[in-house]
Amino acid sequence: MKKLTSTLPNMLLSLGIICIVAGALLASVNDLTAGEIAASKQKKLESALKQVIDGFDNNPSEETAYFPTLAGDSLKIYEAKRGEELIGVAVESNSANGFNGNIKVLVGLDTKGKLLNYSVLEQQETPGLGTKMDEWFRTDKKQQSVINKNLSDGALKVSKDGGDVDAITAATISSRAFLDAVNRAYQAFAAMKGIQVDETSGATESTDEWDDTTLKQD
Amino acid sequence: MKQNRALQTFFNGLIKENPVFVLMLGMCPTLGTTSTALNGLGMGLATTFVLFCSNMAISALKQFIPDQVRIPAFIVIIATFVTVVQMFMEAYLPALYESLGLFIPLIVVNCIVLGRAESFAAKNSVGLSFFDGVGIGLGFTLGLTLLGAIRELAGTGKLFSLTIYPEEYGALIFVLAPGAFIVLGYLIAAFNKIRKA
Amino acid sequence: MEYFLLFIAAVFVNNVVLSQFLGICPFMGVSKRLDTAFGMTAAVAFVITIATIVTFLVQTYLLVPFHLEFLQTISFILIIAALVQMVEIILKKVSPPLYQALGVFLPLITTNCAILGVAILVIQKEFNLLQSVVYAFSIALGFGLALIIFAAIREQLALTKIPEGMKGAPIALITAGILAMAFMGFAGMV
Repeated sequence: MKKLTSTLPNMLLSLGIICIVAGALLASVNDLTAGEIAASKQKKLESALKQVIDGFDNNPSEETAYFPTLAGDSLKIYEAKRGEELIGVAVESNSANGFNGNIKVLVGLDTKGKLLNYSVLEQQETPGLGTKMDEWFRTDKKQQSVINKNLSDGALKVSKDGGDVDAITAATISSRAFLDAVNRAYQAFAAMKGIQVDETSGATESTDEWDDTTLKQD
Repeated sequence: MKQNRALQTFFNGLIKENPVFVLMLGMCPTLGTTSTALNGLGMGLATTFVLFCSNMAISALKQFIPDQVRIPAFIVIIATFVTVVQMFMEAYLPALYESLGLFIPLIVVNCIVLGRAESFAAKNSVGLSFFDGVGIGLGFTLGLTLLGAIRELAGTGKLFSLTIYPEEYGALIFVLAPGAFIVLGYLIAAFNKIRKA
Repeated sequence: MEYFLLFIAAVFVNNVVLSQFLGICPFMGVSKRLDTAFGMTAAVAFVITIATIVTFLVQTYLLVPFHLEFLQTISFILIIAALVQMVEIILKKVSPPLYQALGVFLPLITTNCAILGVAILVIQKEFNLLQSVVYAFSIALGFGLALIIFAAIREQLALTKIPEGMKGAPIALITAGILAMAFMGFAGMV
């Protein structure tokens, strides 16, 4: 068969048909995978929920509400219940102060505000430095771990800022952002419980401070 | 004879015209996605899939595409396969999809894919175009995996996430941006040396 | 202030070439001479800004309302390709001197992944239109800064004695690596 010549109708017809076929193909693949994409997101959320709170028998992803932080935005809170009793909450918190943008953390708190566990949902930190936050803050070594800390005692800070949590080596900004997300989670939890949080000890204030240690990060 | 030609096309892409070390095309994903060996492998395989699919489609349709609109037509075909890969990865390999991020849609502008379409698929049969796509694609995968493995091992003491030596002894610079440029520079120098010998 | 921070972050801290690995091909390809580096920078700045505006509008007013987000990649690359062609034709008619200066770089721009990359990034980062424009323009400046510094170094490098095996691409890549290391010094500025 001879190759089509470059006349206007030929060109329009050829490009048009290719575009229509491409569009139709993509629409059908989109239909095919849309359910699976939603399911894999749901599965990820559910396994993160199981990781941060233990022993609930309801479906927390169906019992959610939004509560405000001190910064004025709202965070999503998942309620974990055993029977009718509330055993804890998971707060989907975030911080915009990460080294490369947003960090999203799911923070599990018991009803008294004690940190049960956390799961980093999203981050774009530097590989090998900031990315260590996935495990660092639950490793029981020196003062790294934030597990079992009661957030009602005040906001968490890295030791460089006068707090009692060891920052990830060479990744102070990422560590501050992580603690910022945790503290914001507590603020939303406090709003849900109707507790006043002291604004001066709020971590969102202290992370904004500029000091010479900021420059040494990463 | 025919089988010979196919094998020759395949190995041509794998070694003689290796896209990473010889042609030096598609440098953005080469540098951007190789912080670990696994990411390099994933990116390489995704590109391979797009390469042989678009190569075959373009080769099959070459009679129906008038010369003057061939570039936009090729781009539409390539972008379609890229989006297919993107959706399947998001559905079935969400972790890899997240770590490769922006570089998946950017396969569209990877010069290798359009380059092979223009220089090979538009002139050869569907079968040969398939072998060319797989050969070039695997050559690309090989380069990316090798680069990723060296960076991961030197930077974090791991290989495919398995610990080889303690992380504290790793030189982090290899995982960071400068390491990507420097390791690739030395790899190309070494590849040149081997090819000349 | 917010826009200024966005600008600093895009130009220095997260430099498009040296830390995000976008636009490496032209970075390696047209960095042998300083004057071509300037031409390329101008062409990229021009196209990236217009392309970001158009793709942003298409995404907001066409793809999202009709639930066609899955056509994002395909429509963005077509818009960029068409735009580059149009810019070429218009420049030729309206401003022949400018066309003389930028003309040779325009066809190369379609496959510069920084253009498509930025168009997708501003959607992912959920910027508004003004933020997107500032971001796109800053990215282009960051690209230009890296390219011009690199071209200046390579002009010197051409006169230096280099071991046989390292000539060409290897030494250029290692130079780029050292430059990337220098840019890491900006980390933590924002």
